[in-house]
Amino acid sequence: MITILGVSTQALFGQLLIGLINGSFYALLSLGLALIFGLLNIINFAHGALYMMGAFCAYFLLTKAGIGYWGALVIAPLLVGIFGSAIERLMISRLYQLDHIYGLLLTFGIALVVEGLFRIEYGSTGMSYPVPASLAGGDNLGFMFLPRYRAWVIVGSLAVCLGTWFLIEKTRLGSYLRAATENPDLVRAFGINVPLMITMTYGFGVGLAAFCGVMAAPIYQVSPQMGSELIIVVFAVVVIGGMGSIMGAILTGFLLGLVEGLTKVFYPEAANTVIFILMAIVLMIRPAGLFGTQK
Amino acid sequence: MTEQRQEALLSVEGLRAWYGESNVLHGVDFEVREGEVATLLGRNGAGKTTTLKSIMGMIAKRDGSIRFDGVELIRLPSNKVARLGVAFCPEERGIFSSLNVEENLLLPPKVRSDGLTMTQVLALFPNLQERSLSQGSKLSGGEQQMLAIGRILRTGARLLLLDEPTEGLAPVIVDQIRRTVLHLKSAGFTILLVEQNFRFAATVADRHYVMENGRVIDMILNEELQMRMPVLHRYLGV
Amino acid sequence: MIPAPDRIFYAPASSVEIRHQGVAFIFMVAVFAIAPFVVYPLFPMKVMCFALFACAFNLLLGYGGLMSFGHAMFLGTAGYTSAHAAKVWGVPPEVALLLGTSAAALLGLVVGAIAIRRQGIYFAMITLAFAQMMYFFYLQTPFTYGEDGIQTVPRGHLFGLVDLSVPMAVYFVVLLIFIGGFLIIYRVIHSPFGQVLKTIRENEVRAISLGYDTNRYKLLAFVLSASLAGLAGATKMLVFGLASLTDVHLAMSAEVVLMTLLGGLGTIFGPVVGALIIVAMENYFAQFGPWVTVAQGSIFIGCVLAFRRGVVGEIAHRLKMSL
Repeated sequence: MITILGVSTQALFGQLLIGLINGSFYALLSLGLALIFGLLNIINFAHGALYMMGAFCAYFLLTKAGIGYWGALVIAPLLVGIFGSAIERLMISRLYQLDHIYGLLLTFGIALVVEGLFRIEYGSTGMSYPVPASLAGGDNLGFMFLPRYRAWVIVGSLAVCLGTWFLIEKTRLGSYLRAATENPDLVRAFGINVPLMITMTYGFGVGLAAFCGVMAAPIYQVSPQMGSELIIVVFAVVVIGGMGSIMGAILTGFLLGLVEGLTKVFYPEAANTVIFILMAIVLMIRPAGLFGTQK
Repeated sequence: MTEQRQEALLSVEGLRAWYGESNVLHGVDFEVREGEVATLLGRNGAGKTTTLKSIMGMIAKRDGSIRFDGVELIRLPSNKVARLGVAFCPEERGIFSSLNVEENLLLPPKVRSDGLTMTQVLALFPNLQERSLSQGSKLSGGEQQMLAIGRILRTGARLLLLDEPTEGLAPVIVDQIRRTVLHLKSAGFTILLVEQNFRFAATVADRHYVMENGRVIDMILNEELQMRMPVLHRYLGV
Repeated sequence: MIPAPDRIFYAPASSVEIRHQGVAFIFMVAVFAIAPFVVYPLFPMKVMCFALFACAFNLLLGYGGLMSFGHAMFLGTAGYTSAHAAKVWGVPPEVALLLGTSAAALLGLVVGAIAIRRQGIYFAMITLAFAQMMYFFYLQTPFTYGEDGIQTVPRGHLFGLVDLSVPMAVYFVVLLIFIGGFLIIYRVIHSPFGQVLKTIRENEVRAISLGYDTNRYKLLAFVLSASLAGLAGATKMLVFGLASLTDVHLAMSAEVVLMTLLGGLGTIFGPVVGALIIVAMENYFAQFGPWVTVAQGSIFIGCVLAFRRGVVGEIAHRLKMSL
């Protein structure tokens, strides 16, 4: 067996793969957070709960309606996106004139309610969601065994991330969004319905979280608290990346997933904390984050 | 000299506006006729910019009446006002730094079909053509102003609200802005201009409204300007 | 957060204000002094520990404008340190309290120095991330006994004299600590240091232009808040003889935010009232399990949308008083 620094390549590449998968989730979630922050100026604490809702949606669709993974991948983000849009219209939109901290507190409250309600109904034990038949099994690449579903998660997430980047940086609709992030009042005075755009952006951002939840369902257990700890790590990812750039959020997400995976191989005790330690270091050297601009 | 009775395109009556709790406009009355260039003159803090923003629907707390082409605007949000054919060019230009020149030009959606074409806009401001792929943040002050005016000409808006378009610009650029305003006037646009520089205002406008403490206190036709210069000097404190 | 008045410096509390606050203070002390004769004393002791914790948090948010979403790390660090000191090293309770508070202060110094580099929601996210890091640290390090926590810590004899296993003795020691902490905070708020903090909260740029090294002030406020939160944590450990992961968890950080928000941000007595309501709610509704979480979430939503002044803030507003 081949070893690198005393670690077998199987273990090394296995952990790197897990790192990339977590990185995909960090990228999808921090991308949504960055989009929402850009336009709404709030940190969406409910992001983890909505990710969890996405996974549960997939579970319900399968068990209650017989709709499989691929259907869920489309329907769950839509449903959660609509739910998120309603939340934005009914609650978040009342806070835009106030200190941004209130947005954080409100969405935290929403996260507690959503999570609590799911716990009342489903307890704390996780439920498993099957890997779709079309992606079952895996391939032996010689240096490691690559499960097909995991390969798909990485490719699919990357595609969605890059698609979102393209939509925002290269299309007309994206130019509205970028402009409204800078000066919403003026964009509105040009005849663009900015409040609607804000609602749609929130819906889209949480839709990405739900998409991520469906992606995660076959890998992790579907459980009410699956989002609450993940979201804290994603916050640290967002602080490290800085929220100024879409590509920054994507790159930082994947990068930190890899770093976490490597840490699991070489110094497992620090695997849970390495991202937070990196955050402290980045804050000391570059307070605005790797891709951010200090406001 | 007999002036024909003409329906005003924009008429403002008893307009009051607030920033939070503080009352900034205390009953503004004036009108602008179709095809005219009118200015709002006055010292800093007289309420000129607030008046433009109130017409545009950008001040949340306001009352009174603003009629544009027979439609009451006082309760409309700014995006609806824009859709009726009113366009605003802010004092700080409002160029989006994350958009390039072309994206900035294409940003305001068309509200009517009879706006200038992109070719016509670029013919007015040839500099913009050369810089079409530069980021908005990289432009000079003059280029930013041209871009800010240029981008609202495409939309088909009939009434242009220009807030201090010559502020801080070199004389040669001011000349270019003057020619542009005169060209737009001859093309049939109606323009409401906020100006500190009344020498510029005098060369483009048909009438001047003088504002003080949130009210319009006088109206001076451009042809009376020479005669009434001493009064105007007193109003403006120059 | 609270509309900025035009003047930069607050006038020192007027005599009327001091009288109102004095009456409220005496009332509060009287309630806590009578409480152990009316209800089971563990409940008011728990309330006082959380009230001190919330007051410490409020010093930072309500007066310094810094919203920490990780204050549990100070509560928990002090709890673990004092528990370890009292149980393993066998130090007397006053030393355990001191060690716990110092540990929290030290952690506050390190975290504060990094976190104050960013403002607003970034500050909240950074403190949250550090608290999560500490949570994982306490989860993995052996001296905390993981999920079990450090249990059955002896209360010992205070200064070798007072036997704290006597319920009334420990009760009045906790009352004294709570009142001491409360008065320190009151004093700080009304000191020149507190006035500068308010200036920074309302307009940091202006405070800088007035020549204040705002980062030093913010750091000092952070350390002070962390220390007092630590004092609350060490005292709580003393009462329950237990230091566990609950005290360093995100839920605890959120709870102190909730207490302060519900009681009234930036009010003097608000955190105490908020602590009372939340602790009571948890005590009496604990059997409903996740419903407590739902209720807490709903209170967050309700407070933010419709009740931003909080209970005490609302009363003070109605009575046109400063409480």
